[in-house]
Amino acid sequence: MLTYITKRLLAMIPLLIGISFISFVVIHLAPGKPTDLVTNLNPKVSLEARMNLNKLYGLDKPVTHQFRMWFMRMLKLDFGESFSDGRPVLVKIKERLPITLAINIIAIVLIVIIGVILGVIGCVFQDKFIDKLITILVFIGFAMPSFWLALILMDIFCIKLGWLPVLGISSVDFDNFTPLFKLIDLAKHLVLPIFIYVFGSLVGISRYMRQSMIETLNKPFILTARAKGLSNRTILFKHVLRNSLLPLVTLLGLSLPGLISGSVIIESIFAIPGMGRLFFEAVMARDYPVIMGLLVIGALLTMLGNFLADIAYSVVDPRIRYKKS
Amino acid sequence: MKLGYNFINMRFLLSKISPYVFLIYLSILTTTSTALGSLSQNKDYGDAIVIASSADARTLIPILASDSASSQVCSHIFNGLVKYNKDLELVGDLAERWEISPDKLTITFYLRKDVWWQDGTKFTAKDVEFTFKKLIDPTTLTPYSGDFQMVKDFQIIDDYTIKVTYKEPFAPGLASWGMPIIPKHLLENQDLHKTAFIRNPIGTGPYRFKSWKSQQKIELYYYDKYFEGRPYISRYISRVIPDEDAVYLQLQTKDIDYAALSPIAYNFKTNTNFFQKNFTKFRLPSFSYTYLGYNLKNELFSDKRVRIALDYAIDKQEIINIVFFGLAKPITGPFVVDSWAYNKQIKMRSFDPQKAEQLLKEVGWIDRDGDGILDKDNKRFEFTITTNQGNEQRIRTAEIIQKRLKNIGIKVNIKVLEWSVFILECTEKRNFDTVLLGWSLSLDPDPFDIWHSSKTRQGEFNFIGYSNAEVDKLIIQARQTFDQQERANLYHKIHQIIFDEQPYLFLYTPDSLLIIDKRFQGIEVGPGGIGHNFIKWWVPKHLQRYKEIIQE
Repeated sequence: MLTYITKRLLAMIPLLIGISFISFVVIHLAPGKPTDLVTNLNPKVSLEARMNLNKLYGLDKPVTHQFRMWFMRMLKLDFGESFSDGRPVLVKIKERLPITLAINIIAIVLIVIIGVILGVIGCVFQDKFIDKLITILVFIGFAMPSFWLALILMDIFCIKLGWLPVLGISSVDFDNFTPLFKLIDLAKHLVLPIFIYVFGSLVGISRYMRQSMIETLNKPFILTARAKGLSNRTILFKHVLRNSLLPLVTLLGLSLPGLISGSVIIESIFAIPGMGRLFFEAVMARDYPVIMGLLVIGALLTMLGNFLADIAYSVVDPRIRYKKS
Repeated sequence: MKLGYNFINMRFLLSKISPYVFLIYLSILTTTSTALGSLSQNKDYGDAIVIASSADARTLIPILASDSASSQVCSHIFNGLVKYNKDLELVGDLAERWEISPDKLTITFYLRKDVWWQDGTKFTAKDVEFTFKKLIDPTTLTPYSGDFQMVKDFQIIDDYTIKVTYKEPFAPGLASWGMPIIPKHLLENQDLHKTAFIRNPIGTGPYRFKSWKSQQKIELYYYDKYFEGRPYISRYISRVIPDEDAVYLQLQTKDIDYAALSPIAYNFKTNTNFFQKNFTKFRLPSFSYTYLGYNLKNELFSDKRVRIALDYAIDKQEIINIVFFGLAKPITGPFVVDSWAYNKQIKMRSFDPQKAEQLLKEVGWIDRDGDGILDKDNKRFEFTITTNQGNEQRIRTAEIIQKRLKNIGIKVNIKVLEWSVFILECTEKRNFDTVLLGWSLSLDPDPFDIWHSSKTRQGEFNFIGYSNAEVDKLIIQARQTFDQQERANLYHKIHQIIFDEQPYLFLYTPDSLLIIDKRFQGIEVGPGGIGHNFIKWWVPKHLQRYKEIIQE
């Protein structure tokens, strides 16, 4: 087991180098330079000033040279400074991470809990009215454009009813609140965005769960259990549910990189200063250091997520436990 | 799961990005103020103004700030030597007055002696020199060095007098001193790109910096020793709200006091009783225009009569009515409409497709093969309009032009490119028939960079390849003329020549649309907008919504 883990971990290194090199080259090949937005078509910016800017950012050097420079810094965990405001990339990420992480963790926990419950209901009442109703609802959630739903809910809850604040993550005078009011204020601001995240993402887990349970129900060991005379309840919750949770482990492992990424749409509508907007803004401004920083961290987390899912798999399912050959 | 980076809605977001991606520093005039009329009643201090900004600032060092969000905030914290007043005339700001030498090479600025930096240090000529040196330093990441490169010699006469000598007479140089001045004593030994000052600035302006929460808000509060008196509104809060619809909802909950509106929001969404009761809307001129630029190297457009025919064939008012719901003005030339440089004598060519057809016939464009498209020497009159993605207004304009030209037998294709690709194709490769694009103008009308024939190198702005010896001569002459009336005459001539030659099809200048909460009093509308007397805006005590903050 230990050699397996070490091998897997070591294999990540060349993979990570490969991913960062490809991303680096692709981003630099894409048309446009970080200096474009600042200078292009501004008649007050002379050609000389623009060339000077390119030189100062090191953009006049060959891409391979730029990659080498960037990579050597990255090895020291230094992702460089953002082109757009000169602040270190890691500082910018640190600033945005907590809110995205908080929203995503709350959302994923809710999605898993509600998704599993809906899946179980769907299986128990297979093809009955309630099953169909759930199916329709979760698919509506999936299909509905989140920006539209957001605006409709804002209109109802924030304007017509006035129960919730429209956007942002805190009120203008947040700093003068007591800790308790700060918490209430935050919660009020986050209700709608989290609801929209959850509503839009229920379909995956609930359908997965339902399907997986129905499949498990048809397995021979369930027949055995029935033959033993176990009650329906015990069969469903002890044998079927447990066995059906397996695929969830993979799903959750793969959602690890998703934890640090946010939705550009939801973050923009609710003016949440999260990771999704950071990435979007960086791409639009061709802010290479920030893009690369986010991509490398994303790649790393994806690989780790895969790896953890594999490990977790072997832990929860003895059949696929790693064997010494 | 919808948890990944989501790009589906990129277009939706992009359409909110301003059509004019760049912004010229001087066109933001929000801090400046003029002496108030004698009718100053008892005005109340206090309250806050909450402003919606579609993007966060990047840096609060004004000479590095190239985005409008940063410049906007900086304009409340810093001052330049000169500024534009309500009527768009240059007046003193940190400079009390100035003199121009008889040979027009030297400007002597006499600085105000009653200005203190917000940390209590006296403002002197050394700060101006420091700012100037940083501007021309090649290691400074500033896009504004151009005008200052024209300076031959910068001399400090005494603490409050400076003498700037130019290589040649350079009238736009005066306006360039509207560049905000930064404090030498705080930045002298600092790397401007990394210093903590970027996010904690100290200026001479009416507001001092209080806090900056990235991507959420920037808060300023009044500077009680401001040399023109403390501003009445105590707090200035700029909130980042990227989504336009969300801004509109925030207005309805009265969480925002001041926002820019799209034409559709201005005309329809904000027409309810609620908005009429609580807000005032402003329709102001903007310092930008949109045009169709011909690639003059393309032989389709080499004959001036063809370009004039196209001008007759397009109904500009129709475009304005459809695309802007009427909230724009048609234009005839390359200057800010209604500014002193704009030639108001020029009569716009009226919409007249028959005349257009007749002109094209003169040149030899006739539909000989009967396929509905004009031809000449076995070539069809067909061309492409290239424009940038993310600007719906431009795309719709292109579609209307396409339809109008189809009526007179010209086939138009529309190509929409992502901004960076677009720039590459048009300014560097010159690979276009026509471009639909906009210029944002500074208040100084010098058109050298766009219209002078020397500015046709790769990456420069005369990418249509316009060259007219008379215009070149007039542009240089105007650069050397300080007298506004004389300069105006020269620009009127340039305007006339360019109108006659039609290297661009001049289309429209969109109005700048604002909405402001009704509780703010003292807002004065001038040709330059409403920002010029911001520090005199006030709110009666009983209408104030935000608490006074305690000064430390």
